[in-house]
Amino acid sequence: MATLSINNVRKQYGSVEVLKGIDLDLTDGEFLVLLGPSGCGKSTLLNMIAGLETISAGEIRIDQRVVNEVHPKDRDIAMVFQSYALYPNMTVARNIGFSLEMRGQAKPEREGAVRRVAKLLQIEHLLDRKPAQLSGGQRQRVAMGRALVRDPKVFLFDEPLSNLDAKLRVDMRTEIKKLHQRLGTTVVYVTHDQIEAMTLASRIAIMKEGVVQQFAPPQEVYERPANMYVASFIGSPTMNFVRGTLSAEGDRLGVSVGRERSGFLPLFQPPEQAGHWLGQEVILGIRPEAITCHDPATAAGNPALVKVACGVNVLEPTGADTITYVELNGHEVVARIKPSDRVAEGGTADFMIDMARANLFDPKTEQRI
Amino acid sequence: MSSLTSALPPAQGTGARIARWGLYLILLLFAAYYLLPLLLMITTSFKSPEEIRTGSLLSLPRDFSLDAWSYAWNRACIGADCRGMAPYFLNSLVIVGPAVIISTFFGALNGYALTKWRFRGANIVFGMILFGSFLPSQVILLPMAQTLGFLGLAGSAGGLILVHVVYGLAFTTLFFRNYYVSIPDDLVKAATIDGAGFFQIFTKIMLPLSLPILVVTIIWQFTQIWNDFLFGASFAAGGAQPVTVALNNLVNTTTGVKQYNVDMAAAMIAGLPTLVVYVLAGKYFIRGLTAGSVKG
Repeated sequence: MATLSINNVRKQYGSVEVLKGIDLDLTDGEFLVLLGPSGCGKSTLLNMIAGLETISAGEIRIDQRVVNEVHPKDRDIAMVFQSYALYPNMTVARNIGFSLEMRGQAKPEREGAVRRVAKLLQIEHLLDRKPAQLSGGQRQRVAMGRALVRDPKVFLFDEPLSNLDAKLRVDMRTEIKKLHQRLGTTVVYVTHDQIEAMTLASRIAIMKEGVVQQFAPPQEVYERPANMYVASFIGSPTMNFVRGTLSAEGDRLGVSVGRERSGFLPLFQPPEQAGHWLGQEVILGIRPEAITCHDPATAAGNPALVKVACGVNVLEPTGADTITYVELNGHEVVARIKPSDRVAEGGTADFMIDMARANLFDPKTEQRI
Repeated sequence: MSSLTSALPPAQGTGARIARWGLYLILLLFAAYYLLPLLLMITTSFKSPEEIRTGSLLSLPRDFSLDAWSYAWNRACIGADCRGMAPYFLNSLVIVGPAVIISTFFGALNGYALTKWRFRGANIVFGMILFGSFLPSQVILLPMAQTLGFLGLAGSAGGLILVHVVYGLAFTTLFFRNYYVSIPDDLVKAATIDGAGFFQIFTKIMLPLSLPILVVTIIWQFTQIWNDFLFGASFAAGGAQPVTVALNNLVNTTTGVKQYNVDMAAAMIAGLPTLVVYVLAGKYFIRGLTAGSVKG
C-alpha cells in the first residue's frame, strides 16, 4: 500500500510529445482510472509508472521515493496486461510464483503464497494446467493472481477486461472491485470503457491528447464535467448540448434557446461568473435523465424543474427506460423517460428539465463556466 | 493434421477417377526418378566387384555382402592413409556438433535481442545480417583464409567450426528473429516486472517456446555443415578433413580396378547422418516451417 504522485510528467518520442505534463496525486488505497480514447497516452503513462518506458521529464514517486531511474522489478509494483501475458510454457502455479522464483524465495514459501492467492481467486483446481488449457476468464484470474502474489505497493491494470466477452467482463469488474475493497492496495487502471471507469474508480483522470482533462471522483466527473470533451465522453446517451444566449428575466438568469419566449430556461443556481456572460452565447449541457415527462406533483415540490412543451420525434425503448428524441425550440435533444409515460411519436408533450443539473460551457474554449 | 481427411470435396465420376489415377502415375514416375539413384547406390554397395562387372546395373544383389561397407569404413585408402572413412566421419561429427550448437545458440540470442530489446538501428543491423545469408560461400574464402591464419586456426577443426558458425549465423539469426517477432512483447514486459533479467527471460521463457524453430534451425545447420564440401576442402588440412572431402579423395585415389561397391558404400556412409536427422525430426521440421503462419 502506498501513495503515488506524478509531477509534471512528460513523454516525447522524437519531436512528438505524447504526454504534455501530467500531474496526479493518489493517496494510499486509491483506485485511479485513466480513461480516454486510444492514443491519448494513458497506456504510455501506465508503462512509465511501471518502468517499462523512460520518463522524458518530470517525476514519479511511489511512497515518496522518486522511481524515475528505478528498475521495474524494484518499484514494488505488479501489472496485469490486456493480453494477460501468461508464460505459455509454465503451469499456472509456476506462472503465479514466477516473480517469487526470480526473487530467490524458497520453494515451500513460494508454494504457500501461490496456494493462498489461488484460493483467493478460486483457481486452486487449475494450478497444474498450462495457460493454453484455460478459458479467457480463467486466464484473467491467473493474470491477477500473478500480480497479487507479491503483495505489491501499487497494482497496474492495462485494459484487463477488454478481451473478455460482455457478461464475463461485468462479473470480473465486480470482482476487481471486491478485491480492491478487501486488499486496499493503491491501483492504477487504464481503460477506454466509461462504465468500468465509473464503477471502479475512486477518482478518474480523463485524458485527451496527452493532457488530463479532469481528475475527480466519478460522480463529480459525471455531474460537473470540466469541459465539453469530458461531458460527452462520459454518460450514455451523451449529454445534450444546446446553444443559447445567457439572458435575464426579472431577477433570474437563464438561457434563451430559440426565439420564442417559452425558450427561456431559468438557471437554478447560476455559477458566479455567469453575470459576465449576460447577452453572450453559451452552451447549455443537460444530461438525458434530467429531461423527463412533466409530472405536476413532482414539479410543484421542486423549483429547479422547468416545464417545457416539446415535439416528440422518436422513441427508443430500452426496457428500463425509454430514450426519447424531442424537439426543444428547434434543437433536437435526448430525454430519458419512464416506459410508463404515455408519449406518442409525432405528437407533443409536456416535459420538465431539472435545471439544477444543467451545465454551462464556453462555446469557444468548450470549458465549463 | 490427419492425412486421411482433405479439405477438398471427394472426386466423383469416371473422368475424375481417371484424372486421379493419372495423377498418381505421374507422382510414381517422379518418385522413381528420385529414388532410382538411391536404389542403385544401395544395391551396388551390397554387391561384390565380380557381380557389378557381370550383372545388370539395376538387379538386386545375388550374394548380399557387407564387405564393401566395412572396407569403406576402416580400410579404404584416402590418399596414402588407409584407415577408411571412420576418422573423417569422426572429424565431421567433431566439427558439426559444436558448429551447430554454437551457431544455433547465438542465432537465438541475436533473434531475441533484435526483437525484444529493440535498440536504435536494430532493423539496419538485422538487414546487414540478412544480407549475409545471400553471400555466396566462394566470396568469403580468401578473407576467411586470412582471418584463420591470423588467428592461428588454419587447417584445424577449430578453424572450420569458426567458419561454419560465422557463415551460419546469418541464417540462424534470420530464423529466430522471424519466429520471435510473433511472440508477444507483453511476455517480456511481464517477466521484467516479475524480476527476470535479459538472460533469465531468454532461458526461462523464450527458449522453452522455441522448440519448433530450434528443430528447424538444427536440421538446417546440421545438413548445411555436414554436407559442406567447399569450406572443408579449403580450410581443413589432411587429418582434419570432414567426411565429404574424404569421400571425394577416396573416390579419386582408387588404384587399379575401380571399386564401385566401396565408392557407393562410402557415399552412403557420408550421407546417412543427414538422412537420420530428417527421419527423426522431419515432423517437427514441417511444423516449424509453418509455425507462425497459422495461429494455435
